[in-house]
Amino acid sequence: MSTYIPNIIFSGFFIISIYFFINNIKKIYRNINLGIPIDRNDNKKQRWIQMFRIAFGQSKMIDKPVVGVLHLVVYLGFLIINIELLEILVDGFLGTHRVFAPYLGSFYNFLIGFFEIFAILVLISVIFFLVRRNIIKIKRFWNDEMKGWPKNDANLILYIEIALMTLFLTMNASDLWLQTNSNNPIYISAGSFPISQFLLPLFDNFSISSVILIERSAWWLHIIGIFLFLNYLYYSKHLHILLAFPNTYYANLESKGKFSNLKSVTNEVRMMLDPNADPFSNPSNDQDISKFGASDVFDLSKIQLLNSYTCTECGRCTSECPANQTGKKLSPRKVMMDTRDRIEEVGRNIDKNKGKFKPDGKELLNNYISSEELWACTSCNACVEACPIGIDPLSIIIDMRRYLVMEKSAAPSELNNMMTNIENNGAPWPFNQMDKLNWKNEL
Amino acid sequence: MNKIEINTFSELLSQGKTPEILFWVGCAGSFDERAKKITKAFANILNQANVSFAVLGSEEGCTGDPAKRAGNEFLFQMQALTNIEVLNGYNIKKIVTACPHCFNTLKNEYPDLGGQYDVMHHTQFIKSLLNDGKLTVNGGSFKGKKITFHDPCYLGRANNIYETPREVLKKLDAELSEMKSCKQKGMCCGAGGAQMFKESEPGNKEVNIKRTEEALETKPDIIASGCPFCNTMLTDGIKNKKKDQEIKVLDIAELINQASDL
Repeated sequence: MSTYIPNIIFSGFFIISIYFFINNIKKIYRNINLGIPIDRNDNKKQRWIQMFRIAFGQSKMIDKPVVGVLHLVVYLGFLIINIELLEILVDGFLGTHRVFAPYLGSFYNFLIGFFEIFAILVLISVIFFLVRRNIIKIKRFWNDEMKGWPKNDANLILYIEIALMTLFLTMNASDLWLQTNSNNPIYISAGSFPISQFLLPLFDNFSISSVILIERSAWWLHIIGIFLFLNYLYYSKHLHILLAFPNTYYANLESKGKFSNLKSVTNEVRMMLDPNADPFSNPSNDQDISKFGASDVFDLSKIQLLNSYTCTECGRCTSECPANQTGKKLSPRKVMMDTRDRIEEVGRNIDKNKGKFKPDGKELLNNYISSEELWACTSCNACVEACPIGIDPLSIIIDMRRYLVMEKSAAPSELNNMMTNIENNGAPWPFNQMDKLNWKNEL
Repeated sequence: MNKIEINTFSELLSQGKTPEILFWVGCAGSFDERAKKITKAFANILNQANVSFAVLGSEEGCTGDPAKRAGNEFLFQMQALTNIEVLNGYNIKKIVTACPHCFNTLKNEYPDLGGQYDVMHHTQFIKSLLNDGKLTVNGGSFKGKKITFHDPCYLGRANNIYETPREVLKKLDAELSEMKSCKQKGMCCGAGGAQMFKESEPGNKEVNIKRTEEALETKPDIIASGCPFCNTMLTDGIKNKKKDQEIKVLDIAELINQASDL
């Protein structure tokens, strides 16, 4: 006698996990939209190409060949094994078992075999990743900002992947055992099992009903694991599997050396330089009087906030940063992690206060990122170049310096001297501009 | 050697001549004792190649690069708009500069503010002179010498110019060896982002010392660069390592100037 209880339970799990997932995505979307709009809708074709190349094609991961290939395996495994998810979902809703098998025939065998090979490759790669992080202790995974949750998060993702792949292979192995050893009509002969066939001896002393229990448990735990993992993303650096795509689409297409020219400043400077300007002739609307630079996440652009959610804390930026390499406090990865921590804190504040942010006396500057970190940057773009998914920590550093200098006059005193020199004599040093051609006399 | 002629735009225009190219000297090239040598070497190259050029002299201000990287957008834009007024006033179309910071700012950040010019870094310009046969080099004196090239951040990563300076260096018949971090991964000298003008934050090493160590690993006779600030940082670096007797830090313009003198 079949009942509909499993189908209902399955549908319930599905609906709940999708509900929470959509809710979380909405929150991310809302939080990103707290940022300043920035127009990155130009050159659509070039943007699609960039996304295809960097996110879909993983072109920058290959900079580090070994880990690049391992990551590619996990990524392809994720894409490919998720095709199987489609069947699992249909089976779950309809109470069927391997519903596609009769329709696909031998192609089904090929697919299942293909998934199994990827599953074992993913397992191997993930174990490699765990070894690199925890036993070889690759330096960039052990910086200060990686203590606590970031470290646990990274390991947890890898453990979950091991669990999911193991469940997937166990499910297949017990299914294969039942296909050959039981007369249960549910376990039709379908699929090829190049990897899980080696697990068959494990079930030899088991009764048929125990193996059915194992098969069902593995099937359920696997899909529930996927539902949970989907909802874990929101709390994890693992969000990059989704956000790498929009992030590379919207990433900067221009020369990395080109820093934005603040429009609000241009208007004021033109006014200052034009002797005929009448400051009252053009009543600028008050909304335009914005703050210069950034001291909190509200002053950053939407793209910068998207960057922070996309960061997967790999630390390639930090390991290339000349300031970090020479022991300074600055770590571009920490800049991104701090930005995300702050925007999430702001988001929780909004949730708590009925959709309105209640000032909490905190800011990204000082509460998260110190000016010592900001002033250590050489603006060399090594971090931007190193990021495999198009994140730009430098732009945040510069925006925060702008706030320090233009709103707080809080530049290091030597820089104030340099700027006074530029203002007075057109050079960062105290030389007279009239002497600028003196070198000619030395020829 | 012929007397090198340096004219300003205003002098030439008053004589009814219109120079084709502006040589933007920059603050380091004008005032820094070491960088002035680079300026003179490049001016000599321009003369030898019979390039029609002029400088702005006292009409040249700071591009505003260090102010902008320090976060002072006001000061940057004041400099930029003042310079653009001068440049547009002389109807300048083409600019060459020996400083990657000036190059980057003029090329990338002036257009939005109304300053559209064809801007070249001096290594690009030297390459075109060599390609056009306007300049010939005799690399003989560099034969057997080992040169390592340090990529200036504002030429390399900022503007994706990696091969041009290397192509020019190859004309010298020297042995080019790369540092372990070069091109896209080239390490900064430590001067950019206005660091040149301040003490660095607490750490365990100066950036220029670390970069110098990387350069020394290649056991070079010459460390070449294309930026007056990198030059200062690396020169300080080899002095610190007490290697300044054996190893020279030279700009590509100086190397080409030496080779074309023969």
